[in-house]
Amino acid sequence: MILFDQVSKRYKGGNEALSQVNFHLHQGEMAFLTGHSGAGKSTLLKLIALIERASTGNVIIGGKNLNKVSRHTLPYLRRNMGIIFQDYQLLYDRTVFDNVALPLIISGFSSREVKKRVHAALDKVGLLRFEKKYPITLSGGEQQRVSIARAVVNKPALLLADEPTGNLDPELSREIMNLFMAFNQVGVTVLIATHDIPLINQLNKRIIQLSHGQLLAEGES
Amino acid sequence: MVKSNATEVSSVQLRQLKPSFSSRFKEFFVRHLQVFFYSLGLLSRTPFSTLMTASALGIALALPTGLYVILDHASQLSGDINSINQISLFMKKGLSEANIQTIKKKLESYPEITQVKHVNRDAALQEFQDNSGFGDALKALKDNPLPDLLIVYPSITHNNPQQINALLGELKKIKQVALVQLDIQWLQRLYAILHIGQRGVLIIGFLLALGVLLIVGNTIRLAIENRRSEIVVMKLIGGTNSFIRRPFLYTGFWYGLLGSFIAILLVNISLIIINDPLAHLSSLYDSNLFSLGLMGVNISATLLLSGCFLGLLGARLAVGKHLKDIEPK
Ligand SMILES: Nc1ncnc2c1ncn2[C@@H]1O[C@H](COP(=O)(O)OP(=O)(O)O)[C@@H](O)[C@H]1O
Ligand SMILES: [Mg+2]
Repeated sequence: MILFDQVSKRYKGGNEALSQVNFHLHQGEMAFLTGHSGAGKSTLLKLIALIERASTGNVIIGGKNLNKVSRHTLPYLRRNMGIIFQDYQLLYDRTVFDNVALPLIISGFSSREVKKRVHAALDKVGLLRFEKKYPITLSGGEQQRVSIARAVVNKPALLLADEPTGNLDPELSREIMNLFMAFNQVGVTVLIATHDIPLINQLNKRIIQLSHGQLLAEGES
Repeated sequence: MVKSNATEVSSVQLRQLKPSFSSRFKEFFVRHLQVFFYSLGLLSRTPFSTLMTASALGIALALPTGLYVILDHASQLSGDINSINQISLFMKKGLSEANIQTIKKKLESYPEITQVKHVNRDAALQEFQDNSGFGDALKALKDNPLPDLLIVYPSITHNNPQQINALLGELKKIKQVALVQLDIQWLQRLYAILHIGQRGVLIIGFLLALGVLLIVGNTIRLAIENRRSEIVVMKLIGGTNSFIRRPFLYTGFWYGLLGSFIAILLVNISLIIINDPLAHLSSLYDSNLFSLGLMGVNISATLLLSGCFLGLLGARLAVGKHLKDIEPK
C-alpha cells in the first residue's frame, strides 16, 4: 500500500528532513510513526499526501508512483486517503454535518447518499447527536472525532494521521486510538505519527522510528 | 530488497468509493445551483460591503451607458431633423413653364423625394419686392434677376449624409439645373461631433469596463484571502481547482448582476431628472422631438449581460492568479 524507496527530502534552504528512507506498509496494516520533534514524521506523511514532493527516490501508493502524479490528477488521488491533523482543520462556519459531508460533495454524491453516509460516519465516531452543531461549540476530542468522521466518510483505503492526540488528555487519546484500531479492523491501512510512546506501547502495533530523518531498524530504540 | 516488493504492491490498488456516472452528472447541476445560491447567501451575510462594491460597479457601468443613451437619442434626433431638410434647385434661365413642370413631375417620381414645390421667378420677385424694402431699386431693373426655384423635400429619414450626397449628385446631373444647394454643413458638423461622442463613449466604456474588472478582481482577491483556510481544507480532501473556483466565480457573477441593476437604476433616475427641463425646451421649439424617455429594453439587456460577463471575467482572472498560491503546508 505504501512503499518508500530510497526517499530523501530536502526543503528549500534547509537540511535533509528525510534521508534515504525505505519502508513498506502492507495493505490492511497499521503502524505508528515515532521520533523526536523534528525527526521528519510530518514530512514523511506530507510526502504520502502529496503536500510535499520527494527530492530523490520513489514514493509508491497503491501502485502509483507519486513522482508521476500531475497537479491535475492530485485531487483525485487525495480522495483515496483520509488525512487527520493535530489541529483538526475543520471549517468553523459550517455545521458538523456539513464538515463531514464535504468529501462526498466534492466527489458528487447525491444528497440522499450524502445524508446516509454522513450519518453512518458520525455514528461510528459517536457524534450523531451533534450533527447540527458548529465545531467551535465542541470539545477538542469531539472536534478531532469530527475530523476523523470526515476522513473516513468516503471509505478511503488509507488513513493518515499527524499527531491526532497531540492536544488531548490521555483518556481521550486512548479513545481516539481505539477508533483508529477499529477502522484498521475492517481493513483500512493506517499510519499515525505520534510521540505518545506510553500510549502506543500498550497497543501492540508496528512502530516505525525516525531519528534526524533516518529510519531506525524496527524494534530498536 | 525493497524493490522486489514493488510488483506485489502495484497489484494492490486503492479501492475508492465512487458515485455512479449518472449520479455525478445529475449532481453536477444540482451542486451548481446550490453553489449559485450559496454564493448569493455569502454576499447577503455582509450586505453593507456587498452594496458598496456593487454601487462602485453600478457607477462605473452607469457612466458609459448614460452617455450612450443620450448620444443614441441625439443621433435619432438628427435623423428627424434630416428628414425635414430641403434642397433648393435653382433653374437655368429661359426655361418655359411647361419645361419646369416636366422636371417637377419627374422629380416627384423619385422614391427619395416626397414633394417638390415650384417657386415661380415672377412670384418670387414680387414677394421680394414686397418684403425686402428694396422694391424701388428692383423695379429699376429691366430683367427679373431671380431664377425659377424648385424646392425638393427628400424622404430620406436615415441619418446618413452619404445618401443625401448621392441624391444631390443625381440632382446636379439634370441639365436644366443651374445650382443645387443644401446647407448640410451644419449637419456634417453635427455628425462629426456625434462621431467623436461615440468614440468617447467607446473609450470611456472600455476604461470603465477595465475598472469593473479591477474592482471585481480585487474584491474576489480579498474573498479568497478571507477563505484561505477553507481553500486549504478543500484541497486537502481532494477538491479540484474547478470545484474550489466555483463559488468565487458565482460571486463575481452576482456582483456583476447587482452592479448592472444599480447602473440601470442610476441611468433611469438621471433620465427622469433630465426629461423635465428637456420637455420644457421642447415646448419652446413647439416640438416633442427632445424627449429621452427611459432606457430601452435592448440597452438594459445589453448592460445586464455585459455586467454579468465582466463580473465573471474579473472573478476568473483573480481566481486564476490567486488560487494556485494557496496550497496546504
Ligand atoms: N516547510 C519547511 N521548510 C523548511 N524546513 C522544514 C519545513 N518543514 C519541516 N522542516 C524541517 O524538516 C525537519 C523535519 O520536520 P518535521 O517533518 O516537521 O518533523 P516532525 O514532524 O517529526 O517534528 C525539521 O528539521 C524541520 O525544521
Ligand atoms: Mg510534526
